[in-house]
Amino acid sequence: MQAIGDWFQRLYETTGLNFSVFYDAYDWGRYVGGLKMTLLLSITTIVLSLIIGAVGALMQGSPSMLLRLPVNAFVVVFRNTPPLVQLFFFYFGLGTMLPAVEAAGMRVPLLSNVQWAIISLSLFAAAFNVEIFRSGIEAVPRTTIEAAEALGYTRLKAYVHIVLPLAIRVCLPALNNNLVNLLKTTTLAYAIAVPETLYAVKQIWSESQNVFEMMVVLLATYGILVGILVWLMHRWERAMHIPGYAR
Amino acid sequence: MATSWTPDQPIVQCVDVRKSFGALEVLKGISLSVRKGEVICIIGPSGSGKSTLIRCINALQPISSGSIQIEGIEVSDPRLDKLALRRKVGMVFQQYNLFPHKTALQNVMMAPIHVLGQKRAEVEARARALLAKVRLAGKEDTYPGELSGGQQQRVAIARSLAMRPDIMLFDEVTAALDPETVKEVLVTIRELAEDGMTCILVTHEMNFAREVADHVYFTDRGVIVEHGPPATLFTAAKDERTQQFLSQVL
Ligand SMILES: Nc1ncnc2c1ncn2[C@@H]1O[C@H](COP(=O)(O)OP(=O)(O)O)[C@@H](O)[C@H]1O
Ligand SMILES: [Mg+2]
Repeated sequence: MQAIGDWFQRLYETTGLNFSVFYDAYDWGRYVGGLKMTLLLSITTIVLSLIIGAVGALMQGSPSMLLRLPVNAFVVVFRNTPPLVQLFFFYFGLGTMLPAVEAAGMRVPLLSNVQWAIISLSLFAAAFNVEIFRSGIEAVPRTTIEAAEALGYTRLKAYVHIVLPLAIRVCLPALNNNLVNLLKTTTLAYAIAVPETLYAVKQIWSESQNVFEMMVVLLATYGILVGILVWLMHRWERAMHIPGYAR
Repeated sequence: MATSWTPDQPIVQCVDVRKSFGALEVLKGISLSVRKGEVICIIGPSGSGKSTLIRCINALQPISSGSIQIEGIEVSDPRLDKLALRRKVGMVFQQYNLFPHKTALQNVMMAPIHVLGQKRAEVEARARALLAKVRLAGKEDTYPGELSGGQQQRVAIARSLAMRPDIMLFDEVTAALDPETVKEVLVTIRELAEDGMTCILVTHEMNFAREVADHVYFTDRGVIVEHGPPATLFTAAKDERTQQFLSQVL
């Protein structure tokens, strides 16, 4: 570790390229803090958006208008408006309308900026996931669902055990794209001062005057994060492969 | 209502069953009854409503009027407990309709675990025995996509039997199979019939119908034209339409 730090220190002294994060413990700490926040945002929003997407797609396929209508409205609203505006709407619009709570003798908002970012980004990605799951569900043959019905499965049980597992296999490529986009979209949380990677790196370059170098670090960071996500999704795809199933 | 049924009464009783899709009346007053342990075959030209009747019997489709009772349960009752009905009635489809993401064994085990909440170990033992019964021992861990049509259809039969139904419905279950594999499926069904399972079979296999059926119904355009024991119906049909149909398929 010390060797890496020394190397970047020498690089700075000889070439003027200042990768302060790699030799300055303070900058490194801020960068790692940002990375952790990005991971927190990414993982929670991916999981929540998948759950909301799956529930939404189930409701959208319901015979009841009362269930379908809100989901359709939700999809249209969140798909047709910019995610940054959604984030502002939640944080500045809704956030200021919620009552504040007393915590450790201080009045703090009911939901923190991190929580608002998670809610907003999850809903944004979920709107797309609903549509993606629906396309997968539509590819499941009606007769397969009928076979489940004839065995006594309720609509919900058939959805959980048969329809969803088959639908996910069909829509994995589209899901893959949406989740990659979601990971990159977590940078929007910067706009409401969530200390994620972009926010931390921006702070570093403002103080250390190394915009170019930190830009390189920033791009590399997201390139690697997305690479890991894509790799995981491909492993998932392979694990879900069904022998002899033509798709 | 449901409690008044006793095994000496018909296990399936259809009375003047009518079914329309919009303006198209597909079933125009079907009445038939099946006793416990009986095997009945429904034959007739394509489009005569055989599949529709079968699907109405286990409430996959609602009927327009008339009555269908399964062990005294009225299928058209709006408060029908579908699960109770489907525990009693198993169904096998022309296109097998196995769950492609599950192995043969899992296909057989799923419904008893998910629907009836039975214990996995007990269900697994029963599922293995059923697969052996339909001559698929050794194929437990194979996926449907890796099985032949005849093998898939036998898994589908085992899957239905795992729910321990009282009645089995077969809708042209050999129609999609190669001629060589038709036999292996028919053998399985015959064994079931010999074991005393109540069976309602829609089939184009006339020789098979003649061998296993206690009673044969000939349907055409939504009505039962003629019915009787196979010996009578196949050799001494009275109605002209029956004669014509039999002369084409025999
Ligand atoms: N879900 C449906 N909607 C509209 N028409 C249907 C539907 N199912 C069947 N039919 C029509 O009902 C008639 C009988 O069909 P079916 O019961 O499948 O006959 P069979 O099994 O004897 O060939 C056909 O004319 C068919 O087009
Ligand atoms: Mg048919």
